[in-house]
Amino acid sequence: MDKFHSLKGIAAPLPIVNIDTDMIIPKQFLKTIKRTGLGVSLFYEMRYDNDGNLIKDFVLNTSPFDQSKILVAGDNFGCGSSREHAPWSLKDFGIRSVISTSFADIFYNNCFQNGILPIVVSPENLDQLMTAAKNQIEFNIDLPEQIIKAGNHSINFEIEEFRKERLLQGLDDIGITLGYQDKINAYEEDKKNKKPWLFKKN
Amino acid sequence: MSNQGPKTLFDKIWSEHLVGQREDGTNLLYIDRHLVHEVTSPQAFEGLKLSNRPVHRPEATIAVADHNVPTINRQNIEDPQSKIQVETLAKNTKEHGIQYFDLMDQRQGIVHIIGPEQGITQPGMTIVCGDSHTSTHGAFGALAFGIGTSEVEHVLATQTIVQNPAKNMRISVNGELPFGVNSKDLILYIIGKIGTAGGTGHVIEYAGSSIMGLSMEGRMTICNMSIEAGARAGLISPDQTTFNYIKGRPYAPGTEHWDQAVEYWSSLPSDNDANYDHEIVIDSSEIDPMVTWGTSPEDVVSVKGTVPNPSSAKTENKKKSIERSLEYMGLKPGTKITDIKLDKIFIGSCTNGRIEDLRKVASIVKDKKIASHVQAMIVPGSGLVKKQAEEEGIDIILKDAGFEWREAGCSMCLGMNPDQLKPGERCASTSNRNFEGRQGRGGRTHLMSPELAAASAITGNISDIRDFT
Repeated sequence: MDKFHSLKGIAAPLPIVNIDTDMIIPKQFLKTIKRTGLGVSLFYEMRYDNDGNLIKDFVLNTSPFDQSKILVAGDNFGCGSSREHAPWSLKDFGIRSVISTSFADIFYNNCFQNGILPIVVSPENLDQLMTAAKNQIEFNIDLPEQIIKAGNHSINFEIEEFRKERLLQGLDDIGITLGYQDKINAYEEDKKNKKPWLFKKN
Repeated sequence: MSNQGPKTLFDKIWSEHLVGQREDGTNLLYIDRHLVHEVTSPQAFEGLKLSNRPVHRPEATIAVADHNVPTINRQNIEDPQSKIQVETLAKNTKEHGIQYFDLMDQRQGIVHIIGPEQGITQPGMTIVCGDSHTSTHGAFGALAFGIGTSEVEHVLATQTIVQNPAKNMRISVNGELPFGVNSKDLILYIIGKIGTAGGTGHVIEYAGSSIMGLSMEGRMTICNMSIEAGARAGLISPDQTTFNYIKGRPYAPGTEHWDQAVEYWSSLPSDNDANYDHEIVIDSSEIDPMVTWGTSPEDVVSVKGTVPNPSSAKTENKKKSIERSLEYMGLKPGTKITDIKLDKIFIGSCTNGRIEDLRKVASIVKDKKIASHVQAMIVPGSGLVKKQAEEEGIDIILKDAGFEWREAGCSMCLGMNPDQLKPGERCASTSNRNFEGRQGRGGRTHLMSPELAAASAITGNISDIRDFT
């Protein structure tokens, strides 16, 4: 997995609440069997008209926001389905951090699997950052220090330690868990005796 | 969470599945059953291949194609990409020795319908699937939640998942459900009350006499939409209704283990004095048949109500959100819900595609015709639901009324297959999401119960089942 240490760049403002995963990446793009190539379809229905032409005034279609690495969005970002295509499409577009007041659980988790940093801030801080984003002020996100700097604003954020470490080191989660193979096997042996119906072969 | 003291149903399942703690402080939770479908699994199998990892316990995984399968002419999937996805699932499951119900298998259907139907879903289990509506299985007192594709790969490789415990929320609904109100109305009402982020970080346990009085089908509808309330999982205590449903199903414990299993399942309900982080109590007499008017499942109103006015919103954000929804939905504030004219009716999905749902619809539309301006389709949740309905003559009643009778799949709930709304089309849908573009670009979705959708099919407008005789 790609490491995440710090990130500098302008942020795209998307002041909409409840941005769901169908909005982030509509269903027709879930038919791929690859993780890559979804960036062009990110926010498809907001970004393209019925004929597939760019909608010029949508923020990610305007310069300099078409180069954004950061998204500042309304409450409850990423609600809806479990599709990991949502963070895949964000990442493929170039977005490595999303800032909101809250995230849906599955989406939040999926971000960390893909080297994307979702940051939760207070509603007041979100307003400040939304304004800074609109004004094209450069953001500076420092993960080790857990701080977002944008213009005069300097905002600390919380992140669980294990998630931080995994991002900083770009760790392979499955590789780590496989280090506990003996424990998993022992668990299974124990349950085969205690709950045999769970191991019945069909 | 301590091992001492009273425990919730969630606490009990959690501690029973804890394999251990990793050095980074995270917990490894054992997964009893893993359900896999064609859309969120190809990249996981590819990941295994690239790192040369085997599937840890193939017999704990069951696979089925449901999301983008056609509901007519299914011998030939016309969309080349959909076809590749379905073929990839067949190939991957074969390669790893995983049970796969193919499109010609009568057991094929929506993954969350077939788990319970086959007896795969059992109390006290942990169940995951790369699909948010995995919460459905919580109706059996199983801890079941949706995961992303990276986690699908993790489960395939290790049969565990990295998790930290959720918070406990209990929503109790008490009293006899009023006439015309059923489980779909209940869950829509709950989502309207707590909002789409109301359950974030929580597992919701549903309790109270209204909930425990529901059939397994009704309980599944409730747990299914827990995700629309932001919760990762819903739970209902297993009881005799649960055991009766499971007994004798193909994957259920056989006679040699049945008593032992029931004894364990009976120990699962939350202890009387268990502690919850949040408690909500609802009197069911306050609930009407519910309908969504907007583009979020929290945008609900009584079928007797009207489309809300943005100016009545409490915050600027909410006002903007209502305005955006109304523009998308093509609705004016103050419009009576029952004055909303429909183009399409969709009955099906993992929320309401079970036999009980089809029976209700049939009882309402029997000897009637759908309105001339609507197109109505029924998509059974599984091949076996379809077979059962045909044995009961339900298909004849529905076809006589003007419904299209389709093959099983997710269909227009998310429109990955050809079943989609056209821009501007308005649909009464028994599914779970009314997001912008969900059922087709520009499509307008009104979520409701099968009863309301059936009555609405006949009148052509959104209709109150209580006025419909």
